[in-house]
Amino acid sequence: MPEITGFAFPNDVHVHWSLMIVMYPYITGFVAGAFIVTALYHLFGKKEFEPVARLAMATSFCFMAIATFPLNLHLGHPERAGYVMVTPNFSSAMAGFGLIYSGYFVVLLLEVWFVYRREIIETARRSRGVKRALYAALALGTYDTSPEALEIDHRAVKILSAIGLPAACMLHGYVGFIFGGIKANPWWSTPLMPVIFLLSAAVSGIALLVVLHQVTAKLWRRPVERETVQAMVRWLWFFLIITVTLELLEIVLLAYENSDAWHIISQLLTTRLEFSFISVQMIVGSLVPFILLAIVVTMNRYLHDRVRNTLAVVASLLLLVQVFAMRWNIVIGGQLLSKSFRGLRSGYRPELFDREGILVAIALLVLPFVLLWIFDRVLPIEPAAPPPRPPPDPEVGPEPAGGTA
Amino acid sequence: MDENRKDATAPASPAVGRRAFVATALRLGGGLVAFLAGVPAGAAEQADYDWTQHRWAYLVDTTRCIGCGACVRACRTENDVPGGFFRTWVERYVVSPEASHVDSPRGGLDGFAPIQTPFTPTKSFFVPKICNHCEETPCVQVCPVGASYRTRDGVVLVDGERCIGCGYCVQACPYGSRFLSPETHTAEKCTWCYHRITKGLRPACVEVCPTGTRRFGNMLREDDPVRIAISKERVSVLQPHLLTEPQCFYLGLDKEVR
Repeated sequence: MPEITGFAFPNDVHVHWSLMIVMYPYITGFVAGAFIVTALYHLFGKKEFEPVARLAMATSFCFMAIATFPLNLHLGHPERAGYVMVTPNFSSAMAGFGLIYSGYFVVLLLEVWFVYRREIIETARRSRGVKRALYAALALGTYDTSPEALEIDHRAVKILSAIGLPAACMLHGYVGFIFGGIKANPWWSTPLMPVIFLLSAAVSGIALLVVLHQVTAKLWRRPVERETVQAMVRWLWFFLIITVTLELLEIVLLAYENSDAWHIISQLLTTRLEFSFISVQMIVGSLVPFILLAIVVTMNRYLHDRVRNTLAVVASLLLLVQVFAMRWNIVIGGQLLSKSFRGLRSGYRPELFDREGILVAIALLVLPFVLLWIFDRVLPIEPAAPPPRPPPDPEVGPEPAGGTA
Repeated sequence: MDENRKDATAPASPAVGRRAFVATALRLGGGLVAFLAGVPAGAAEQADYDWTQHRWAYLVDTTRCIGCGACVRACRTENDVPGGFFRTWVERYVVSPEASHVDSPRGGLDGFAPIQTPFTPTKSFFVPKICNHCEETPCVQVCPVGASYRTRDGVVLVDGERCIGCGYCVQACPYGSRFLSPETHTAEKCTWCYHRITKGLRPACVEVCPTGTRRFGNMLREDDPVRIAISKERVSVLQPHLLTEPQCFYLGLDKEVR
């Protein structure tokens, strides 16, 4: 039994939303954040992001593919999960999930297809047997790689990004809304919540890509693009500043208003969440990376590439921890304070082997990278030898004609 | 076709009219179906229950509560409430102008042992708590599948067959009245003993309360004592600023109570 300080309503001693509900916004945060990076290239024409645009899209896709897993692991009746899609109760913030999730997934699938269409067709033409059948199936029966068709692909990607960006933002903003819309819980109930979730998603997405970019560069023996790192660090710094500002604003406002819940929230922050909020989220996770990134941004010209890359990766890793801590502090922190506003329960420690335990959480974090590896096998993330433009294509006419599976 | 059948059956049983025969056959058949489907024996009584004729309300007179915990025990027995969770509970307030102490050991299940406070109390009282069956209920609002609902007679219920066990309603309830049952893995809460009140009985907690602290009534009946008390006395509700419109009313509530 958890220990209670003060008085908690007798049912308030249970943490029903466990580690999995911490994982869920963490994972969808990567979905949205990574998509923002793709959109910066496809939509806003930021050329510096070209080297990571495909990586970002693939990352977003792989995290999206498992985004529902933590939810299903958490549900008391996972076999009824489909009810949310089939018979949603639209007065519930959660009921929008079906629409938003599937809508975004369709957009993402289409975008991946349009981005890879030319390569899928070329691979189909080059290969034999099962591989050919697979890629022919992926090509969905069209083998048109004429310049006009490629131009259409290009435009489709742009339009899909334009739809995908708000969709990704909604996907994650909605996660924040789920918490922000609970008037019973003063630690959650603020209109800032969706915004904070969204901005921290951008932070986690960009931070993950800073790391992934350097890891993949090592794996594929390619140079780390200086411009790309610089650009990502600038954006990362920017999003970090706004996120932390809003996170602090929320608390400062509660304190300044001296709201009815402030006395219990201040206790929560200084006792139960002292480590995860003050130490991890604010100092190690925000202040330190803020300084590191500030060094990169303001002293960029004087930095050796190696120093810049290292600083960027260290700051990004810390930010990945920060965003996790932020999810934890909101989801778990909100359940440590009783709605009696008179008591706190002792800290929550997830089990190691539980269905919602630590090992499963680790598996959930590893899985997207496994998927990313498979993704890369099927649809190479790094364009092969000739980067963007294929050599002037001689008509490849007759060969592929009957190739559909 | 009908004509043919009439001709065929008519001579066989001239005593029993065709109409009566069909009626009996249908009744027997229906009875058989009902028997096979396992309609509970009480169904007949519930059939008389007209929910448009009721709007239930609950009244707690905190000045009368002695903290015996009989209500909590009765609820546990009546509704098979899993251990460590509560559909109703009793809180004890020990208050002085300078300080206050609140507790609810095991929800008041075993009553309350005397305590020593570091301050000299100037007043103390018990407050029974229960689902407030709010009219503007946040728990029903947030249920993603519509498993939580409010009946026409004003009771907030959970459909255990539909509940997916997401726990959103538990988070949304400002009163801590809901929980996820470790046995059914669905949300559970006070039903005002819906299985009893639709048979003309009172909720178990009201039934056993020895002091008349807990009272239950029908707001649609002009002469209902609970309706009269709520309409004539100065009643309050818990956390009124949240505008959930609780249908559980309190007499003699103190400012310390939330």
